[in-house]
Amino acid sequence: MATTRNRTSRLVVLGQSVRRPAASTLTSRSGSALRRRIVLWALVVLSLALITVSFRESSSGPLHAIQNNAASALRPIEVATERVVMPFRDAWSWFDDLFDARSEAERLRRENQELRQKYVAAQAAQEENAALEELLDYQRGPEFPNGYRAVNTRVASRPMQGQHVVVAAGANQGIRKDDAVVTADGLVGKVTRIAPNVAQVTLLTDPTSAVAAKNLRQGAYGLIRHGAGGGTVLFFDLVTKDEVVGEEDIVITAGTQEGERPSLYPAGIPIGKVTSVGRTDTDVFMQIQVDPFVDFGSLEAVAVLVPKGRGR
Amino acid sequence: MTGADAAKAAALLFAVAIVQVSLLSAVSVGGGRPDLLLVTLVAVALLRGSVFGAVGGFLGGLVVDVATLETLGLTSLVLTVGGYWIGRYGETTGRDRSHAPYVSVAVVTVLYAVGAMLLHFLLGEEVSARLVLVQSLVPTIAFNLILTAPVYWLVKKLLRPVDWTDRAREVRLLG
Repeated sequence: MATTRNRTSRLVVLGQSVRRPAASTLTSRSGSALRRRIVLWALVVLSLALITVSFRESSSGPLHAIQNNAASALRPIEVATERVVMPFRDAWSWFDDLFDARSEAERLRRENQELRQKYVAAQAAQEENAALEELLDYQRGPEFPNGYRAVNTRVASRPMQGQHVVVAAGANQGIRKDDAVVTADGLVGKVTRIAPNVAQVTLLTDPTSAVAAKNLRQGAYGLIRHGAGGGTVLFFDLVTKDEVVGEEDIVITAGTQEGERPSLYPAGIPIGKVTSVGRTDTDVFMQIQVDPFVDFGSLEAVAVLVPKGRGR
Repeated sequence: MTGADAAKAAALLFAVAIVQVSLLSAVSVGGGRPDLLLVTLVAVALLRGSVFGAVGGFLGGLVVDVATLETLGLTSLVLTVGGYWIGRYGETTGRDRSHAPYVSVAVVTVLYAVGAMLLHFLLGEEVSARLVLVQSLVPTIAFNLILTAPVYWLVKKLLRPVDWTDRAREVRLLG
């Protein structure tokens, strides 16, 4: 066996009578192991004793006093160490603060962005809610036209150009082309295009719009149109000079009927207030300007007036 | 191993414990804190054996407990057991292995965190296992592993390695 050969040759080379130190080595090793274990267990027991006493005794106990004194004695060394390592600590703090500041700034930027988005959404929802509440009040009020029901809907979008808005309700909600559209403030316009779930509403301020109207105080009939210029000012046209119309007069829809066809707009919907009345010798009609009640620039929610007998 | 070795190791561990409590306890990145005392203790234990490891752990832990006004003996107990265990590893399996310091530091960091957490728990203190074992453990291990190479090199320069193989050769001859 290899082991045997090796041992033999080793003994030969060494010239034999080498005493094997087996017994002494084993004794030494077992003694060392014993010493190790004694040290370990002594330290463990000592630690446990320290924990027990430190934990059980009051803060004014002797072990705490020793600890406090020892801590006080260590304090100058700690202070000295702190002073020695202060430049390194400052350098670390600088980098750490820089890192923290950058991540904090990034976090705050993201948070700010989220909050702004939430604020905008909440603001929009609040405005829409207020507008819908107003519509609801209007719908329950005495001014609401008889024979109609309201399809309340929000303004879904506004084209960049043109006096139109798109509302989030359409044919599926019972809306048809030419239905009148109102808010609690007054007349908005009429439906000019219809899709299953959206509809286009042409505002009163569109040049193609024309509404049969009358002066609420004196009952002078005419036609509300939008002027050729920009802005939201309307004109109460085709009112003859013998009629009596004054400033601050309220103009409402006339709801007139031409032959078999009823007016597109139910009677009695407020349109606006007369702001100026002009007469010229050459013109048969007066020049009457009307300021609409509806703020066309901030429409949030509208009601489409649908005849009650119509199905969906 | 001489008395000079013991004095050098004691002075080293004392200095490191002071640096640990006065400087490194304030350093925190990603929830982890470098434990220079633990890394130094591992180096001392690997180079000088279990008795040095146990005694060094006890004294280093005592300094930390005193300086931080913690429950006396708490850190000592954990570091005593850790130092002893790493010392035994250095005396036997890990004596010739270059990766021994890294393995030892990683394992002892985990055992130290778990042991300290259990002791605090047994003393009725509020401890968060999530904080200790999930949030801070990995970065602390990473920190300690970064410290391992330079600390082990410095400790090796200070304390000449012991030739653990002397006794082992005799065992081979006898076998």
